[in-house]
Amino acid sequence: MIDTLKVAPGIWAWGLMTGVAMVQAGLGPGMSTLMTLLVYGGSAQLAAIPLLGVGAPAWVILATAFCVNLRFAVFSLHLRQYLMAWPRLQRLSVGYFIADLNYVQFVERYPDPATDREGQRSEMAYLCGNCFLNWIGWQIASLAGIVLAAQVPLQWGLGFAGVLALVGILCSLCQTRLRAISLVVSGTAAVVAFALPLRLNILVAIASAVVVCLLIERTPLARKQVAP
Amino acid sequence: MMDMGDLGIAVGLGLITLLTRCFFFILDRELPFPSWAQRGLQYAPIAALAAVVVPEIVVSHGALVQTWQDARLFGAAAGAGFYVWRRGQGQAVLGTLLVGMAVYLPLHIGLGW
Repeated sequence: MIDTLKVAPGIWAWGLMTGVAMVQAGLGPGMSTLMTLLVYGGSAQLAAIPLLGVGAPAWVILATAFCVNLRFAVFSLHLRQYLMAWPRLQRLSVGYFIADLNYVQFVERYPDPATDREGQRSEMAYLCGNCFLNWIGWQIASLAGIVLAAQVPLQWGLGFAGVLALVGILCSLCQTRLRAISLVVSGTAAVVAFALPLRLNILVAIASAVVVCLLIERTPLARKQVAP
Repeated sequence: MMDMGDLGIAVGLGLITLLTRCFFFILDRELPFPSWAQRGLQYAPIAALAAVVVPEIVVSHGALVQTWQDARLFGAAAGAGFYVWRRGQGQAVLGTLLVGMAVYLPLHIGLGW
């Protein structure tokens, strides 16, 4: 529990700003509240905001959120060895709540999956407690942000905080040279292809960055690669 | 304010949260997963975020910004700079947000950039 509290201020602030950013982008308090409660994923929510704002089609929004969230799939591959001891329904109900920090703290606390029942119980207890505290903190902060945003004039541009939060996450993901290349290729492609309809520039950018990285990962350009 | 389309998107995004967070432990058996796809998983998230974020910073009225007098450029640069400086220490992402806003707000509200 102490672990969760150590990073809690960051989660609260981020939740608050996500709430503010959603309302300031014109999502409306109802939709913003629904997004917070159902989606429970700051980066996917923030990435969806500009797309919702310009009325991009649903499948583009969902595909973008899926790609943003693919990092969770990487986590789930790792967590599989911890969770397969539990029935599927329980795996899914816990899995939904495992955000970035819960994963990081969990695998730090339990570097090796337990093999006995008692160890597995202790892992599950830690995971549930950690996820719950994180969830409740995020929800309260985010709802507070939604309420507060209505009091702040739009012209201040507080919604830009959402973009800045994503800049921070981008920096934290940028741990290998290939990922940095992915960032540059995708960012450039997204601007070059900006005129495409339906915000398809985003999917074009993701696809070109992933293809470029897969093509060059065996070349000298990709040296110094470190596992995430 | 809220219509069925928005409701559908919110529900769909929630399902995507569930799907991606549980991706590899939904099925009891191991997923056959080609290695290029697994490696692709390493590059897709950062590409997706960059594709959303970069235009939010450098595009205005549908084209690349033509002036340096844009508060977003300085805010984002300051935030990213702070992250690099504080890398590896606690709350670097939060700091990125706060430092970026501290640069952005005066330029945006004060100078109207």
